[in-house]
Amino acid sequence: MKRYAPYIIVVLLALLPFSGLSTYMMHIIILMIMWSVIGMAWNLLGGYCGQVSFGHAAFFGVGAYTAGILYFKLGISAWWGIPLSVVVLALEALVIGFICLRLRGPFFALATLAMGEVLRVTAENLRDFTQGTLGILIKERTWVEKTWYYYIILAIAVLTYIVVKKIIESKLGYYFVAIREDQDAAESLGINTTLYKTIALVISAVLTGLAGAFYTNYMGYIDPEVVFALHDISIITIMIVMVGGVATYWGPVVGAGIMVVLAEWIRSLPRIGTAHQTLFGVLLILIIIFLPNGVVGDFSKIKRALGFGRKV
Amino acid sequence: MTPLLEIKRVSRFFGGLAAVMDVSFNVNKGEIVGLIGPNGAGKTTLFNVINGFYKPSRGDILFKGQRISGLKPHRICRLGIARTFQVVKPLQRMTVLDNVVASAFLRSDSKREAVKKAEEILEFTGLSSEKDKISKGLPLGMRKRLEIARALATEPELLLLDESFAGLNPTELVQSIEVIKKIKERGITILIIEHHMKVIMSISDRVVVLNYGEKIAEGTPEEVSRDPLVIEAYLGEAPAA
Ligand SMILES: Nc1ncnc2c1ncn2[C@@H]1O[C@H](COP(=O)(O)OP(=O)(O)O)[C@@H](O)[C@H]1O
Ligand SMILES: [Mg+2]
Repeated sequence: MKRYAPYIIVVLLALLPFSGLSTYMMHIIILMIMWSVIGMAWNLLGGYCGQVSFGHAAFFGVGAYTAGILYFKLGISAWWGIPLSVVVLALEALVIGFICLRLRGPFFALATLAMGEVLRVTAENLRDFTQGTLGILIKERTWVEKTWYYYIILAIAVLTYIVVKKIIESKLGYYFVAIREDQDAAESLGINTTLYKTIALVISAVLTGLAGAFYTNYMGYIDPEVVFALHDISIITIMIVMVGGVATYWGPVVGAGIMVVLAEWIRSLPRIGTAHQTLFGVLLILIIIFLPNGVVGDFSKIKRALGFGRKV
Repeated sequence: MTPLLEIKRVSRFFGGLAAVMDVSFNVNKGEIVGLIGPNGAGKTTLFNVINGFYKPSRGDILFKGQRISGLKPHRICRLGIARTFQVVKPLQRMTVLDNVVASAFLRSDSKREAVKKAEEILEFTGLSSEKDKISKGLPLGMRKRLEIARALATEPELLLLDESFAGLNPTELVQSIEVIKKIKERGITILIIEHHMKVIMSISDRVVVLNYGEKIAEGTPEEVSRDPLVIEAYLGEAPAA
């Protein structure tokens, strides 16, 4: 049963647009899937390889701007941003990796945070290229309906899931986890830690960039404040994975579902809505205390607390 | 025939401290060489220099006639030198089997091959019954043996063992000595740091003694244990050393 679960889920998801959901509901689901992609991508680098990035907005934003600039500067469809972002993100990740991956632990985290901010400021100031804080507007939307956007992001998510799973079950996955657990031990066991950390970063960045390029096409408008956001992209990404379960296959998906719903709900609250960052902070603290392994990682604990699922 | 490992006038300084000072010796293929000396003598530092964690401040290290000093640890491991850590470094949240599989990938073409090698090595080191346990929870004796298993999985020609017997109970000690002897039978050369005098004297073909970073004696176990400098170095220290 468990083996077939992913297939059943994919089939159900493929049928979803026929269930007569409202446009708003479709929008929420599209966002959930998009955040799942970013979460899974982050998880590969942060969860499995142990390189905690506080700067995934650097990848999301560059993916988004790859699509945006193609449209705005070259006048071709922003959808070309999806394939092109693969190349652009790989190059970007090589540069960022060269700078940041020589640092360990919190120093790596801080360096990536700085990268995200540097890119945001750069995008704001390279006005000829990016229109600065004015942002880029895609005037001709491809579809009014949500359906095709939904299928495209679903396809990216399925691809991401498969890529991550295949990698984690292979030699690369063993090497990533070995590096996370003890970099010196890994190195002395013949693992070229610099090389494999770079590989993890490049794959993670490319997948995040795909989500960014999709975002431009889907939302039709980007500006640096939004797509390079420290809190609303980089930090939320980490929270999604922590809430769902670090270093689990489904954790980022579950986390994305929870966080998107929560964000919508909090924003809709009168008065409190504007304090959503504070509320997210409180939530994160609660999660760390009560579910340190996230919803997926501590699933048995949750079942027990709710009174079912006796120990077998 | 060139020795397997040549340590040529190697020094390593930390600021003003000479942790290793002008040390030279060779290790020949098939030997077990014991490396002994009081605490702080520079033994672990010398391992770190051989294995590439530290560059020698002076001197050279040759492996099979090729200069390896300055190479990164993963390159040195690929060339055929594996090590264990005095302060064990298990890949904590991985199972015992996965710890060894991760190392076995170095010279395997497929996951199947890596797993097969790893299982064989766990059998060889007497860890098979623990293979599905998370390595974090293992008792110290097992963790020490896991260090050895993991190093073996990289299929080394030279194995550096850093106090693999420290903290073991008598039963574990006997098991580990058996493992070392079997490793030698496989044709793997061993350079071993050990505090247990009886053990080191019984398994080593030759012994090198360090004190305050300098080599003060080298020879067969009998020669070394009669050496006045060695006796003084050990008697000068707390009796339990
Ligand atoms: N990374 C380091 N930085 C500074 N001093 C060090 C470092 N590593 C070892 N030392 C010093 O070098 C000396 C030798 O240490 P070590 O090689 O661990 O001795 P042993 O293994 O023989 O007990 C000690 O005085 C120790 O404090
Ligand atoms: Mg030591």
